[in-house]
Amino acid sequence: MEKKSVHAFNGTAEQEEQLKAVIREHHDQPGGLMPVLQGAQEIYGYLPYEVQSMIAEGLGISLSEVYGVATFYSQFSLTPKGENRISVCLGTACYVKGADKILEAIEQKLGIKSGECTEDGMFSLDSTRCVGACGLAPVMMVNDEVYGRMTPEKVDEVLAKYMNNDKAGEAQ
Amino acid sequence: MENTVSLKINGIPVTVPEGYTILQAAKQANIEIPTLCYLKDVNCIGACRVCVVEIKGRRGLVASCVYPAEEGMEVLTNTPAVRKSRKTTLELILSSHNKKCLSCPKNNHCELQKLSLEYNVDEDRFSGDEEFPEVDDKSPYIIRDNSKCIKCMRCVAACKNLQSVSVIGAIRRGYNVHVGCAFEESLNDAPCVGCGQCVVACPVGALTEKSQTDKVWDAIADPDKKVVLFTAPSIRATLGECFDMAPGTDVEGKMVAAARRLGVDKVFNMNFTADLTIMEEAHEFVERVKNGGTLPMFTSCCPGWVKFLEHYYPEFIPNVSSCKSPQQMFGAVLKSYYCEKEGIDPKDLFVVSIIPCTAKKFEVTREEQFALGMPDVDVSLTTRELGSMIKEAGIMFTGLEDEKFDDPFELASGGGEIFGATGGVMEAALRTAAHILDESLEVTDFTEVRGQKGVKEATYTVGGVKVNVAVASGLANARRVIEDIKSGKKDYQFVEVMACPGGCINGGGQPIQSDSVRNNVDLKALRSEVLYTSDKNNSIRKSHESPVIKTVYGEYFGTPGSEKAHKLLHTTYVNRKK
Repeated sequence: MEKKSVHAFNGTAEQEEQLKAVIREHHDQPGGLMPVLQGAQEIYGYLPYEVQSMIAEGLGISLSEVYGVATFYSQFSLTPKGENRISVCLGTACYVKGADKILEAIEQKLGIKSGECTEDGMFSLDSTRCVGACGLAPVMMVNDEVYGRMTPEKVDEVLAKYMNNDKAGEAQ
Repeated sequence: MENTVSLKINGIPVTVPEGYTILQAAKQANIEIPTLCYLKDVNCIGACRVCVVEIKGRRGLVASCVYPAEEGMEVLTNTPAVRKSRKTTLELILSSHNKKCLSCPKNNHCELQKLSLEYNVDEDRFSGDEEFPEVDDKSPYIIRDNSKCIKCMRCVAACKNLQSVSVIGAIRRGYNVHVGCAFEESLNDAPCVGCGQCVVACPVGALTEKSQTDKVWDAIADPDKKVVLFTAPSIRATLGECFDMAPGTDVEGKMVAAARRLGVDKVFNMNFTADLTIMEEAHEFVERVKNGGTLPMFTSCCPGWVKFLEHYYPEFIPNVSSCKSPQQMFGAVLKSYYCEKEGIDPKDLFVVSIIPCTAKKFEVTREEQFALGMPDVDVSLTTRELGSMIKEAGIMFTGLEDEKFDDPFELASGGGEIFGATGGVMEAALRTAAHILDESLEVTDFTEVRGQKGVKEATYTVGGVKVNVAVASGLANARRVIEDIKSGKKDYQFVEVMACPGGCINGGGQPIQSDSVRNNVDLKALRSEVLYTSDKNNSIRKSHESPVIKTVYGEYFGTPGSEKAHKLLHTTYVNRKK
């Protein structure tokens, strides 16, 4: 399912060399899988099937063990991150102020679920815990920009900035 | 001398070796603590919290399967707090369990069901998921229904610890955790070998073999089909367990009688093709030794092992004997020799094998083995499936009079009988290989290769040839042997591997014994004893001395390794991806 990702794997030979170096460094270390996965995510930005297979082969463990750890920790992503990374705060304050409706509106607008990336690679969507801006609840972020007092209606307006010209959005 | 600790369990003083868990110590005091995720030699992770006990003077309850017994400790296994905790744990497990018990294949044999009854649970106390995950039934051998899974991880541990295959694991975390293959693939697309050790480890109905009894019933009811059934060497040692008979009871005669009453036309003895395999394999081994062929030679009768090698060590494919397994040989013999002899069109012959194995369900689909343009065996059933057919047909198994196998394949040697236990194929092959190399040799018992050790080694000199042999059961042990060969640490000429620990008598298709039996009884030893006793009492001990073998070679195959034998009884292997 996730193996047949809509996003083609575009790893380069250079990235593969970097990953191999990380695997070599941690090969004989107990619990070496964690730092290798962290390194791999840094190199590729996410952990697709191809990358996890290389890790399994390199460390001499099964793919299912690699996948088990990769899906256990929320810091690891199995899908690529978009050019614009959207995160919707589902912390307590935002949640009681209706953050779930904001997330739902974005999911509908972009046609992806939380944790996924649009086919054109423009947007990825994640939910997050408290971003420390409870006074502005509910809050969403696009890249490093914070948007407070959100309503489902305002979602279109925010996303539009990044759809037309993401540079303009960031400059605001 | 071993250090010991003394403690009291429910007021009963016990002294046990240091390092014993509370669970083990309690057994010594004849106290059974219920378990669910714990399975001796397989899984010990203290996760399910069913085995909790109270320790006087300490806060909270501890998991007795992992908690070490300590000097002076006072343990209580049956207090209100313990009972309440176990009950709540069971009720929480049931909250997300698909409680369709009536039609569940594990109904009446389910460990969760048994405990729920014992603890008088309210199965609807907590409401959980209404929607259940999809069932994975794509593989030809195993069905995984995660709606029944209780996340005890016994299957995961069996796959990893016993088999070093590890195609299944825990995915995600917390409430979302579930068991599956990497990237949610079907078992069919993963490098699973189909051994079924996960199935026999499962306490509930989440893992079952893919039942094909319907196909057999249909064939029996079809007037145009002649249905022949044969049973593998180990079935007689285990089938009784399906009818609550004690493990280690030899039920050969009842098994034949029951199979006949199902309505099949003939009931044959697969020990015959175990002998036939030995004839071909021993001949092949001697040829390899004499002519500088690829050594060590690996046995090929275990389909789980063969698939393991194809996936994980394809570079060793030339080492595997080209002999088909006894199941496949019998199918080929029936559809060629037997059909010609009896004047039957092979298309009208429906061959059913009763095998202690789930991987055999895959083996029958191997097209490279279709010597006659059709499968050698039409349906391969597990011991459990035969048991369920006998029950379905209303046959009162335990009261049946003994009956004999049908001719012309009734008799077999003791060598064929021990095929079902680890070391049995090696010993049977050595009996015949020794005879080929030195006819004056009178050795029958090769006791060094018997027993339940994971890896056994021996060196024999026959006819001036020194042969180092190794016998491994459990694929984790097989992996160790291969790695030792690869690194040059060991020099073997002949290696027997059976995928399941202990061999076929402990196969993935054998009757499932619950943890309370498996944790206390050495099933493998009891079951294999049946085969070795039968071998000892057989007047024919060596495969090449079997009269059936002499007839079949005389009338049909000529000599071992002949062209006809190669066409029908030998095969090739496939290089598969990891």
